Amino acid sequence: MTSLVLLDHDATGIKQPSRSAVAAASKLGDVHVLVTGRDLAAAAAAAAKLPGVSKVLTADSDDFANPLAERLAALILALAPGYTHLLAPATASGKNVMPRVAAFLDSQPISDIAEVIDADTFVRPFYAGNALATVKSSDKIKVITVRAASFDPCAAEGGSASIEPAPSVDLPSNSRFVSSELSKSERPELTAARVVVSGGRGMQNGENFKLLDPIADMLGAAVGASRAAVDAGFVPNDYQVGQTGKIVAPELYVAIGISGAIQHLAGMKDSKVIVAINKDEEAPIFQVADYGLVADLFTALPELAAELEKA
Amino acid sequence: MKILVPVKRVVDYNVKVRVKADGTGVETAGVKMSMNPFDEIAIEEAVRLKEKGVATEIVAISVGVAACSETIRTALAMGADRGILVETDVAVEPIAVAKLLKAIAEKEQPQLIILGKQAIDDDMSATGQMLAALLGWPQGTFASKVTVEDGGITVTREVDGGLETVALSLPAVVTTDLRLNEPRYASLPNIMKARKKPIDIVKPADLGVDPTPRLTVLKVTEPAKRQAGQKVASVAELVHKLRTEAKVI
Repeated sequence: MTSLVLLDHDATGIKQPSRSAVAAASKLGDVHVLVTGRDLAAAAAAAAKLPGVSKVLTADSDDFANPLAERLAALILALAPGYTHLLAPATASGKNVMPRVAAFLDSQPISDIAEVIDADTFVRPFYAGNALATVKSSDKIKVITVRAASFDPCAAEGGSASIEPAPSVDLPSNSRFVSSELSKSERPELTAARVVVSGGRGMQNGENFKLLDPIADMLGAAVGASRAAVDAGFVPNDYQVGQTGKIVAPELYVAIGISGAIQHLAGMKDSKVIVAINKDEEAPIFQVADYGLVADLFTALPELAAELEKA
Repeated sequence: MKILVPVKRVVDYNVKVRVKADGTGVETAGVKMSMNPFDEIAIEEAVRLKEKGVATEIVAISVGVAACSETIRTALAMGADRGILVETDVAVEPIAVAKLLKAIAEKEQPQLIILGKQAIDDDMSATGQMLAALLGWPQGTFASKVTVEDGGITVTREVDGGLETVALSLPAVVTTDLRLNEPRYASLPNIMKARKKPIDIVKPADLGVDPTPRLTVLKVTEPAKRQAGQKVASVAELVHKLRTEAKVI
């Protein structure tokens, strides 16, 4: 039984959600991984060091310079017959590509798994994480995306896999990459951060999100937001934590001016320690917070920054 | 061009679902049902394309129990022209829905199919991608902006680090993300007009599709409940406790 995991990588190596996907795949048996892009030597070397991985397949070409679903799906489909399970982290890229692969294989994808029971059986949250379903697949090749927050990532070092190029395949030409506009930030990524500081509708506008910056800087935190704050146009969508945004489980989650709608809780309730600051003492966020402070955030945030500075 | 918009009837987003005591699923009896919010965005986008003169006809499709015709009526009241209900009591999975939609697309020959990026009940986020694959069409998922021009479509997509723009040939599949638009409320006159718009009813067998699920649900449980913790009186107390008690900073 061998799994193939599609990895996301960047200049610093294999991204953390992908290492969580490798951890999930390791529970199923032997693991091969696929890295795609251009100038992959460093990424392939990093992938080869992941413990539990026995083979790294690389698709290093201009065709894969950007992760177009049509091309990635064609590539994975060509590799699929050698595997019992195809996995990817439930990131924007994984969610884009894997169902497309599954349809070609006549397989019902198993999205966002939180637990591996056995080779056919998985636990996945649904209804915004308010219910957990244990599902058994009858498909020959299982196509899976992995909820990274539910699996401790495998270590970055310790393995020594072989590296070989993936066979070349005919690629569709019905899609073309035009451009990307990625947020520039020195901060850690939301899904990999040890601490996340999020703002909600209570922030009142996008300008006020700057009040979170000094706190995030001192805590080495990523900045997130509730769907309400995204909906209101305060911050871009890639800040969104929740059912329809990112799922995070940091050591510390600080919710500022967030009421705690079901959709938001779905994205952060597995955090280790939750802090909530809200002026409404009836806000549902307090029902999941380990530490709650009823206060006006515009008074509390400068105080918090000053207090953290005291060290 | 003709646009197909599949719409799903789901438990309303404001309802906190309860797991059934026997662990077979969640309680849906007597619970408020609504159109999946991302599907409202899909209908809105199609209607806007029609208002711009890009689209000529919008067909709303729903797959499920007879009551899904209400969801189609909502789409018709928002501006869709006619509806198709694929009636089945089976709890259909994305793979079955994608096959049913493919069969309808082959008959209807649309240039564009717009779907919600995810249904808020099963949270699968799969149907659009699977439909695109089955039709051999390109896909623009998680769209925050859509422009149709010169026989193609440009889609700006919400990705993890920001935005990505792709150009697709038509026909194509688009799935909607939150910021694509703000769906309109149907006006009373339009709700009245929608009652006269036609809805065809077909069965999965008419479309040659077996909707039997591939995943067997062994059990459904409630996640571990998180206990409310303590209230602190001041920022100083909060920081002190995070340092000495929780030891996370």
